[in-house]
Amino acid sequence: MSWAGWLRLIVVTGAVLLLEVLCRAGVIAKTVLPAPSVMAGDLYRLLASGAASADIGETLGNVAMAVIASILLGFVAGVAIHAMPRVRRALDPFLATYYAVPFFVFYPVLIVIFGLGAAPIVVIGTLFGVVAMLINTLNGLDRIPRVLLKTARVHGMDPVRTALMVKLPSAAPYLFTGAKLAIAYCFIGVIAAEFIMSSSGIGYSIAYAFNNFDNARMYALMLFIIVLVTVLNAVLFTWERRIMQRRRR
Amino acid sequence: MKANVAAKRDPHEEAGAYPAPAAHAELKGVSRIYGVPGHGGVHALGPVDLTLRQGEFFSVVGPSGCGKSTLLDVLSGLSVPTEGAVTFEGKPVAGKVPDGVGVVFQEDATFPWLTVWDNIAFGLRRAGVDPAEIERRVNYAVGFVGLKDFAKAYPVQLSGGMRQRVCIARTLVMRPRLILLDEPFGALDAQTRLIMGDELLKLWRETGATVMLITHALDEAAMLSDRIGVMSSRPGRIIEEIETGWPRERDSRIASEDGFGQITARLWRLLREESLKAAGLAGGGS
Repeated sequence: MSWAGWLRLIVVTGAVLLLEVLCRAGVIAKTVLPAPSVMAGDLYRLLASGAASADIGETLGNVAMAVIASILLGFVAGVAIHAMPRVRRALDPFLATYYAVPFFVFYPVLIVIFGLGAAPIVVIGTLFGVVAMLINTLNGLDRIPRVLLKTARVHGMDPVRTALMVKLPSAAPYLFTGAKLAIAYCFIGVIAAEFIMSSSGIGYSIAYAFNNFDNARMYALMLFIIVLVTVLNAVLFTWERRIMQRRRR
Repeated sequence: MKANVAAKRDPHEEAGAYPAPAAHAELKGVSRIYGVPGHGGVHALGPVDLTLRQGEFFSVVGPSGCGKSTLLDVLSGLSVPTEGAVTFEGKPVAGKVPDGVGVVFQEDATFPWLTVWDNIAFGLRRAGVDPAEIERRVNYAVGFVGLKDFAKAYPVQLSGGMRQRVCIARTLVMRPRLILLDEPFGALDAQTRLIMGDELLKLWRETGATVMLITHALDEAAMLSDRIGVMSSRPGRIIEEIETGWPRERDSRIASEDGFGQITARLWRLLREESLKAAGLAGGGS
């Protein structure tokens, strides 16, 4: 592991240990925050009992659908908009300010349109993720070196082969970054939507535990989400760094 | 001035040192105007009349922005001339790079996601060449450009000169009959340029291909070429063609020959006024 990696590990471990000491010493009341070791124990028991399996399964399913929709829609829309410079100029201000829009205000409308259930939650997740993918698709296509496209022409490649064998691999690092961001945004969108417009899922389960003073379940699920997205992000970050290292010129 | 009219022929040619040249590629009255002609369009090139002889090493020198790269684009089929006609082996070239034409660019054109070996094999795979034949040709080319130990390396692990060799090898394996090079050594240091120049001469002799090199380096043109076309400032026209008279078996040591200095001096005499014009300094003194 690199020096920076060790430093990160020391900082995170130190923070967890400090929290553990503060909770055990009573500086932080256990009704406010249980010690991390207690949270871990609660999480283990929750997972082992299977009591949260349905909620976890539902949330991960919703996130997966939102991620797939975000990546596909963002990529296709990015390719289409890149091919239409005038449309792009018109859309640029909207794309730049997209994340300033608080999508959750639309949740009554989404329920009216899609009904109760997974659909409006997946839509909210997709709305969060799609533009990150779209913007990175545009960035990737913008940054394809012209000389590679000329090389494709020298080799007599048609537009489809050029797209598959030159454009796609050349833009891949940006597409990967877009997908990575889409995954993170979809998690945020889906779990937050479950808080307010669902009767199942991890978000709903955390809100339910909060309203019923069930700290053990609430913190266990929060820890589960934090560990899950941290591990997922670390894997994607490592993968992305490998791709980028190979591309650095 | 009308192109394709050699100024003072060198004694080698008059003595019959060259075989009777056959036209391999020709440009007749070629102009390239970007934008709408007569409505603010930029007249980048021409009119140019130029004949590349079968198997010769022809270089083009000219002031910055005179249309050298446009000339290469038009000749290769990457760009369509606004006026005039381009032919390669007697067939018209229009908007599509013909089979048998290879192009090496100044910029790094290696595919960063492919290894050196896969970069070189790229065109052969696209053309559907038999895998055993690909293996044979690529292994030969990797050795030819001195990258045997780097066959599995990625471009990011190579120097600028090595990456350019990958691009040259990628062109070589396609067995082109006409090789067009657009300032391929422009980004390299002086020593590497000399070494790459020698490698290019080796490639030229080995393949028997016709070579057209675009360069801004007068010494490079003088060292490598059988014939040099001098271009005017924009819109670029061929204002003179110079025969060097070098033997086919040559390398960078030819720079110590007496004639080398005379050729570069002559090139500069022709180019100085055009370069001043291109820089907006013409008429400012001698």
